[in-house]
Order: sequence, then C-alpha cells, then structure tokens
Amino acid sequence: MTDFITLDPPAAPAHGKGEIVLEVRDLSVDFGVDKKWVPAAIGLNYEVRAGEVLAIVGESGSGKSASSMALLGLLPSNSRVTGSVKLAGRELLGTNEANIRAVRGKDVAVIFQEPMTALNPVYTVGSQIVETVRLHNEVSPEEARRKALRMLELVELPDPEKAFRSYPHQLSGGQRQRAMIAQSLSCDPKLLIADEPTTALDVTVQAEILDLMRNLRNKLDSAIVLITHDMGVVADLADRIAVMRRGLIVETGTAAQIFHNPQHEYTQALLAAVPHLGQGGSDSVSDVDVTAALAAATHAEILSIPEDELLRRERENAAALAAAEAAKPKGEPVLELTDVAIEYPKQGRVPAFRAVEGANLVIYPGQVVGLVGESGSGKTTIGRAAVGLLPVAAGTMRVVGQDISAAKRNGRQLHEMRRHVGMVFQDPSSSLNPRLPIGESIGEPMFLAGVAKGAELQHRIEALLDQVELPRDYRNRYPHELSGGQKQRVGIARALSLKPKLMVADEPTSALDVSVQAKVLDLFQNLQKELGFACLFVTHDLAVVDVLADRICVMQRGRIVEQGTRDQILRNPQEPYTQRLLAAVPLPDPDKQRERRELRAQLLSGAS
Amino acid sequence: MSTYILKRFLQLIPVFLGATLLVYFLVFSLPGDPIVALFGDKPVNVAVAAKLREQYHLDQPFWMQYLLYLKSIFTFDLGQDFSGRPIATVLGEVFPVTARLAIMALIFEGVFGIVFGLIAGLRKGKLFDATVLIASLIVIAIPIFVLGFLLQFTIGVQLGWAKPTVSSAATIPDLILPAIVLGLGSFAYVLRLTRTSVIENMNADYVRTATAKGLSRFQVVRVHILRNSLIPVITFLGADLGALMGGAIVTEGIFNVPGVGNRLYRAVLSGEGPTVVSIVTVLVLIYCLSNLLVDLLYGWLDPRIRYDS
Repeated sequence: MTDFITLDPPAAPAHGKGEIVLEVRDLSVDFGVDKKWVPAAIGLNYEVRAGEVLAIVGESGSGKSASSMALLGLLPSNSRVTGSVKLAGRELLGTNEANIRAVRGKDVAVIFQEPMTALNPVYTVGSQIVETVRLHNEVSPEEARRKALRMLELVELPDPEKAFRSYPHQLSGGQRQRAMIAQSLSCDPKLLIADEPTTALDVTVQAEILDLMRNLRNKLDSAIVLITHDMGVVADLADRIAVMRRGLIVETGTAAQIFHNPQHEYTQALLAAVPHLGQGGSDSVSDVDVTAALAAATHAEILSIPEDELLRRERENAAALAAAEAAKPKGEPVLELTDVAIEYPKQGRVPAFRAVEGANLVIYPGQVVGLVGESGSGKTTIGRAAVGLLPVAAGTMRVVGQDISAAKRNGRQLHEMRRHVGMVFQDPSSSLNPRLPIGESIGEPMFLAGVAKGAELQHRIEALLDQVELPRDYRNRYPHELSGGQKQRVGIARALSLKPKLMVADEPTSALDVSVQAKVLDLFQNLQKELGFACLFVTHDLAVVDVLADRICVMQRGRIVEQGTRDQILRNPQEPYTQRLLAAVPLPDPDKQRERRELRAQLLSGAS
Repeated sequence: MSTYILKRFLQLIPVFLGATLLVYFLVFSLPGDPIVALFGDKPVNVAVAAKLREQYHLDQPFWMQYLLYLKSIFTFDLGQDFSGRPIATVLGEVFPVTARLAIMALIFEGVFGIVFGLIAGLRKGKLFDATVLIASLIVIAIPIFVLGFLLQFTIGVQLGWAKPTVSSAATIPDLILPAIVLGLGSFAYVLRLTRTSVIENMNADYVRTATAKGLSRFQVVRVHILRNSLIPVITFLGADLGALMGGAIVTEGIFNVPGVGNRLYRAVLSGEGPTVVSIVTVLVLIYCLSNLLVDLLYGWLDPRIRYDS
C-alpha cells in the first residue's frame, strides 16, 4: 500500500477520455411547501466520465445538494424529482425501490459533509463498514472484516485495526471523514458523490483529505461529483465545473475555463468574493506570492516553476517585505497579555484543563490582530478570556487599562471593563435571543450600562442599524426573519453599541456564504477604519485574517508559535507549523494550486 | 467499571439513612396516639397501653426510637406490626405481589409504548399518529382512579373478561387488568417519548448515511433508528419501575390487591412507625437500584457515555 502514500506527480486531467458514467438530463427538483411546489433545481444537464471530477459549485440554497441527493432518491418525501438520470446507461429515476437500493452504496456512494454526525454513534466504525460490505456482497463475516480493514488502510488511517474497533466519537474529525470515505469506497462504486466533504475540517486536515481523494480517483478510476462552495477546493480537485445559482446551472466548463475565463457574471462575482490568501493587505498594493515566500523560507525547489522564475518571484517578495516597514504602534495597549495561561476550571471529576500556556500578545489602539489556528489550538479561549468569560490562571492580562488576572478579578472591575469591550460571536443564529426583536438586542448593552434610555436609546439603535447598513424598520423584526448575513450585522451592531475600545470577534463570518462573508468583512473593515476600535479577530481562515489584520498570531496546541505583521507572516514565515498552515490553504486557481500542492508535499516529506 | 458500581453502592448508604430518618420523623409527627387508636371504641386499659408503648418504644424520645429501629434493622429483627406478626413476614408477603404487578405493568407500557411510539414516529402527521397522540393525551389527562374504576366496571363487571377484584393469591392472570391500569399513565409517556426520539433520529445524518448505503427501510429502522431512539426510553422505564412499585397504592386499592400499597396505607392510618419505615426503605432501595441499572444500561446502549474514560 505504500504506493498510495506517496504523492502522484500532477497528472493531466483525464476528462473526455473515460466512458460516461452518469448522464443527467432535464433534472428538476421541487419541494412541496404549503401545498405549492417550490423549485430547488431546474432542468439540469450534465454528465460525468470515469476518472473525472465534476465540481458543482454554488452558495447555500443554490440547489447543488438537493439535486445531487435526488440522483439516489435521498430527498425527503415532500419532494418531486423529474427528468432523467442514467447510470452507465441505466435509468435511475422512476425505477422501483429495490432497484435504487441495489445501486445505493454499491454503484453510487456518498460522502457527507459532517463527519461528526454522518456515522452512527452507537456502532463501531468497523461494524458500519462491514454492514455495507455484507449488504452488497455475499461474503462471510471474516471476509467482510478483512475487506473493511483493507479499506481503512487504503484511506491511510494510521492504525486500521484500532480504527476498526473504535466508535466514531473516539476518532478525530479528519479520521472520521477517512472512515466515511473507506465505507463509501468499500463496494468499489462507479460514482462517488462527495457533498462538501471537507467543509467541517481544519485546513491542514482538508488538504490531506483532498490529497487522499485525488489519489483514490487516480487509482480507482471512479467518477466523482464534488459538491462544494469552496473555490479553493474546486481548484484543487476538479476537472470540470458546473456553477449553480437559484436552481439553475449558469455556467459549465473545464476548470481552466471557469477560473481563467469565466463567462457568466455570477461566476465572476463568486470568484471575486473568494477571500484569497495574499490578496488583502491594507498598505501593500501588490498581492503576496505565498508559494514563492514559502519556497524561499524553506529552501524548497518546485519542479513546475522554472528556477529563475522562482528566484525572481522570491526576490520580488523579499523586496516587498523590506518596503512594508512595520508602522510604529502608538498609545497605551488596549489588550496586553504577558505569559498568560488560561484554564477551563475543574468540574466535578473532570480536572482543570489548561487550554492556553505562555501567551504574549499586545494590541494597540486601532490595530487589528488576527489570531489564527486550527480547532483546539486555544484561539477562542484567548478571545473568551479577554472579555472575562474565563479566568486567567497565570500571568497578567490587561484589558483597556484594567488588570483582570486571577488575583485582581472582581465583579465590579469586570463589569467596568466590559463596557469598553464588544464581542461578536461565531454563530449569528444562536447568539441572538430568538424572543427579542433585534432592536432590543442591539439596545440592551446600552440600557444595562445606563448610557441611554427612552427616545435617546431608540435614536442610538437607529444610528447603529444605519452603521451596519440595515433598514431602520428591521428593529422590530425577530432574528428568525433575517438571513445569516443580516443576523451577523445585528451581532456587529450590538457589539458596537457601547463604542468599545476593543472588539473581540470570534469567527464572525465562518458560518456565512462566501459572497455574504465578503460583504460582512467589507462592512467590518469600513467600520473599523471609521470608528478606530482595536480588534482581536479570531478565525481559522487565514485568507480572512489576511484581508483584515495588521498583525497575525499563529496558535498551535495552546501556544502562540509565531506572530508578526501580516507581511512578516505571509512573506517570510519562519515556524514550520505556520509554513504547513499556509501551504494547506487551497488557492482558487488550478495552476497556482498545483504549484502549492507540490510545495506542500515537499514540506511534509521534509518534516517527516 | 467495578469501581463505578462499588461507588454507586456506597452512595446508597447516605440515601438509606436519610430516607429512613425522614420517614421515621414523619410518622413520629403524625397527630393522634396510635395506641389509643388501637382500642377503638373500647375504654383504654392503662396498663395494657403502657405495656404496648414499651413494646413499640413509643415511650422513648424520637432519637432513641430511631436508633432502636436502626438497631433492629441491622440485627435482622424488624419487630412486629400492631397485629403481632413479624414485619419481615409481612414484607415477604406483600413485596412479591407488588413486584409482580409492577413488572407486568412495566412490560405492558414498555412493549406497547415503544411499538406504538415507533409506528407513530415513522408515520408522523398521518392518521395513526394523530389518533395515538390524542388517545395518549386523554389517558394522561384522566386520573388513574377514574380509569381504574372505569375498566373494572366495563371489563370486569359488564363484559366479565377479567375478575373485577384480585384473589388473595394474586396470580398473574388476576393481575393483568390491574397491571394495565397501573401502566396506562406511563404507557402514554413512553409512547410520546419514543415518538419524539424516533422523529429526531429519522432526520439524523447517520440515518441518511444508512439509507445511502442501500439498506432497506426496515433495516434502517431496526438497526439505526430503533437502538438510538431507545436510549431515553430505557432511562425512563428504569426510573419508572421504582415509581410503579411505590405508586401502586391507588390501583391496589381499586382492585383489592394484597400488595405493598394496601399494607402501607393501613400502616400509615394506624401509625405503625416501624412497618411504614420498613416498607418505604425497601421501596427507596428498589428505586436506587433500578436507577443504577438504568445508568449501566445507558452506557451499554450509548458508547459515548461508557464509564471507562
């Protein structure tokens, strides 16, 4: 199995060569809502050949998932599917239940988005794969077990025997997704439908899973339908792309065509909205060539770039770094962490857990500091401690001039401190009280702090709604009447209501679609410039930080491993972890992504 | 695992002491003199009354009475009730009857509640679901003694399908009707709990995965929906066993079942402290043990809450 672990050299896309596996004609999906048919997908036409990856791209509500689930009859009973779906020439729509069941899992397998919930928590991973194998093949339990173990090995799980015996909750997110892929591939399907297979995963894990899927595609010659909203993932894996919007395919083409020469304005808008690592930056005009920066920092050579070209790009990069001299910060720090350790206090028999250790961090007025890291790195913990939601176990933490470390912590001081700190939370749906009109949610901090009352309060609420570009009459609406992006605008308005000196934003845009995210980030950036608050911006998305932050702190396993200005981090990353993290972010450009992939493979092989 | 069970058993000690003390105190505080009440309409014989008071330690202060009672428990001599029979014998007579009744009720509510709840959940919004929901609401809303008398009169007296009252042997066929009455209220809860849980699990991602694997509807329900849905139901059933044993007073009264409830009722009325406390203590222990059983079952059904971590 060693041949699976080594990376294949960038293979020429195989499209147009294999035979047609899936042919979709005039596929329409409607959902019955209040006795009316609401269309989710309208007249779709596409085909996928063996060994080819077709990416269906679109934002939430575009019908990309619904139309793909319709292929296998996996939609709820209030749906109606019309048209034709042919699998290797055999019609799937309108056949009886037994026929479609024989296809499910055997000829067509599905990988779902949420590896956390897509496996049944009460059975072991092994038994769930064995169940699939024995369902479609007449084999003994022992043979099925061996097959399952082979599949777990194929998806490169470090200890297949152990994974076989594990329950889903005992595996990490990436391992679970591998197990899910093993299960999907266990009956050698002709077609694999991958519904947002990496959306719930960290970037480095995402890059591994994408590598895995590319290798498997090359080995097994299956056709893959990849459903995603992430242009980086598309650039990494897709041979052909179909862009969907409001139930229609607005554009199809090869990956190169779509990325380099998009025809439809929606495709163009979608590509423009993708936050693109190296593109942002407030003071520098030119884009950062992260690939070249990484190559220079790690002394790597990249086969797909000629040597003098690479050297030229590296030099350009070094010159830009020298030019972007760090602006000297002014004033008293708004947030200052000195050797801070943060613990989740012990609860009953669960001992205290130290989530952050030895953190040093300073934010000056008007500065935006991006705190990046993968899940479990402790980035959210620092954000919470900064607003006094978690106690500081060691070191000193000063917020807006107040020392809120363990020894000096008291209720009044925290209360006072919170008047100068605003917080925006990750999930806009659950961080607003569903029983309060949004006007009250926005006004509540001012009312509680006693800053404004009555007509004055109403006036301030209207002004805040103006600032976040929401209509004033929205103040009487309830959160469920708003879209995700609008709800997050309300969250920002609430955080701004006390005119904070420091804003802590915890993944404020990660639950939003790209185009919505782009607008919210734009708003946030404008507000920050206008009002001049300092900001601790916590996120897992390097590209988002790149757009907003003056400084970047990279966290790994509870420690800040590297920090510096945006240019220092992106143009000259020193820590191996930062380099791996940067290399794992997929670029929304197939050619550049190929370079990046090769570089990443080198980084990983160098590290091991 | 074994240390976990040991810990849980050690927890029973304070529960036992607390329960006995509390119940003893309540009985002690009952108004009226139980010895005087024993004489009924007849004039009180002072000498006999004094002798009885001494025999039942009623001349002692509260603490002394309680300690003497504890001593009697640990020497396995629970003393006698007011009719002079050893309390241990009385317990041995009444508990098997009520245990039989409660287990029959539990089986009834478990089997029918889960089956009806599963079907209703799978056919959410259909006629069966609506009918079952309304019926269960009616059952929950009507007090158990009304249901008891109603069933006793229609099925026992008018239709003659079952004996309206239970013989002193309290055989299993005798107890069918009382067990149904006893289990009806919980049956409605089990049904609704199963239904909610099934509906929730039907929309779970892993059920969609199971369907996408190619499993038939029946296999999906049996393997992937049922087991996951039963976790909260089992918890309820386990806790309900204790409640059924202690809560059978009304049902036992209606059908004249010679069980715990009947005897406890009489003991409370006549102020027989030791009898009341003995019965209640056994009930408390049963309650604690059935809860322990539930927690162990829980870990068995749901690997996420196993105790090895």
